[in-house]
Amino acid sequence: MLNPDSVGRTFEGADSITVTQSEIDSFCAVIGETDTTVAPPTFSIRISLEQSQSILSDPSIGLDWTRVVHGDQKFEIFSPIKGGDSFSCSSTIESYRVAAGNEIVTVRSDLKTGSEIALSSWSTLVVRA
Amino acid sequence: MIEVGATIPERVFTINRELLKAYADASGDQNPIHQNEEFAISVGLPNVIAHGMLTMALVGKFVTDWAGGSSKVTHFGARFIKPVIVPANTDVDLTVTATISAIEDKSITLDLTATSAGIKVLGMAKATVLR
Repeated sequence: MLNPDSVGRTFEGADSITVTQSEIDSFCAVIGETDTTVAPPTFSIRISLEQSQSILSDPSIGLDWTRVVHGDQKFEIFSPIKGGDSFSCSSTIESYRVAAGNEIVTVRSDLKTGSEIALSSWSTLVVRA
Repeated sequence: MIEVGATIPERVFTINRELLKAYADASGDQNPIHQNEEFAISVGLPNVIAHGMLTMALVGKFVTDWAGGSSKVTHFGARFIKPVIVPANTDVDLTVTATISAIEDKSITLDLTATSAGIKVLGMAKATVLR
């Protein structure tokens, strides 16, 4: 079970993350996108889910990642990602509830350049009972 | 026509095990439920399933092709309501359509529909793009 004290808290990612052009190229190739000058709208999941996973799997938070199913996903893009962009990342546990024994957690991830948010995303994760 | 209620022509994407492997490598999501049939069945799934985010990435491609490029998208969201089931050596469809649901000064909102084998796989799928 998730530690209830973690709900509403924001966790800063350790280091700044730099997106490489080759990461964008690989993602584009899978979906058949030939214009690789900006990343496709869902590209940032590559960064945000890894961040969320490392935060939520911490024993002090207590989410069992091995039983996680992705419930829904939303992106708000203020500035499209380009190769060479660097971001600081933070994740906030926005809500938590238990329904029919399943834990339902919504995590917001922000990618920032300096103090400006480039992209926010929300992932609802369901930990199956 | 760009007007509320107008529909955007259907497009069919193909999903198979090779695409799942490629998406796993490109996204970093190597969860075995998307590649290993034995594992997927052991955790109660009918077969290997596609990454929900691969489905969403392909629907995103539908949106960005219509809108004029990846830089046009400002909002994109969906609920994963049913898995896309991907048996070995099989091409399965992801069929995408959209309806224009709102037109603002600077943006257009699309309500998106995505099905595989006739089953709706995304719910509440919406994208807002710059005009």
